[in-house]
Amino acid sequence: MGEAAAFYFFAALSLISALCVVNAKNPVYAVLSLVVTMFCLAALFVLLKAFFVAAVHLLVYAGAVLVLFLFVVMLLGVGAEGSATPAAGPVFRVFGTVTVAALLAELGLVLWLAADHFRSAPEATEGTLEAVGRLLFRQYLLPFEVTSVLLLVGIIGAVVLARREPA
Amino acid sequence: MIGLHHYLVLSAILFAAGVYGILSRRNVLLILLSVELMLNAANLSFIAFSRYLGDLGGQVFVFFTMVVAACEVTVGLAVAILLYRTRGSLDTDQADWLKG
Repeated sequence: MGEAAAFYFFAALSLISALCVVNAKNPVYAVLSLVVTMFCLAALFVLLKAFFVAAVHLLVYAGAVLVLFLFVVMLLGVGAEGSATPAAGPVFRVFGTVTVAALLAELGLVLWLAADHFRSAPEATEGTLEAVGRLLFRQYLLPFEVTSVLLLVGIIGAVVLARREPA
Repeated sequence: MIGLHHYLVLSAILFAAGVYGILSRRNVLLILLSVELMLNAANLSFIAFSRYLGDLGGQVFVFFTMVVAACEVTVGLAVAILLYRTRGSLDTDQADWLKG
């Protein structure tokens, strides 16, 4: 009972804040709304017993990614007046709405057709640090190492791109 | 009881919200934010399947998704700064150098 209440509360809150993200006039409000969405998603991860992922999710997103976003928004100074962020024309809004409606209809159809497969009760797995770490460093060791290369590429790319050319 | 389909429906709606954001916004930063929203909607599906199928592999994949998202954000924001420095605006409509 409590689980259902918690699910509906966090699901509703995440949907509302997600809609704020895509509709906010001011980029600062969009970033802050996304922080709320991330907190709700972390709470849903805890409900799904993915404790380690929930903790990492909060650290990475609320702690690092969105702070970086906020830095850039403040740095470029487009938050105050919003002049550099014109709303899209009605054509784009209509196009977006139609596309999203088609996408939702398709996803809904898939979920409806496959509904019989989704009746299963939750399994007893718990995403503790030990269980996830064991899997990560045994079965998924090679992909884990490859992600370090990806991070290195990301760091070098960001530094090279954002560096000011010496005059 | 909250079943798998509850989480999948929520994930689908969040993903659709992200798609709408990408299609309807013209600010590069807001488009990047919408991409984050879509990646996290996919993460929610992964975790939900992981829970209801009893396979922790889904949570490992979420871990990888986060790494990819972090890389995407750093490089994307660097490109946004570069765009603002050269064009003085974050409007995607003005970044049309590739138009023939």
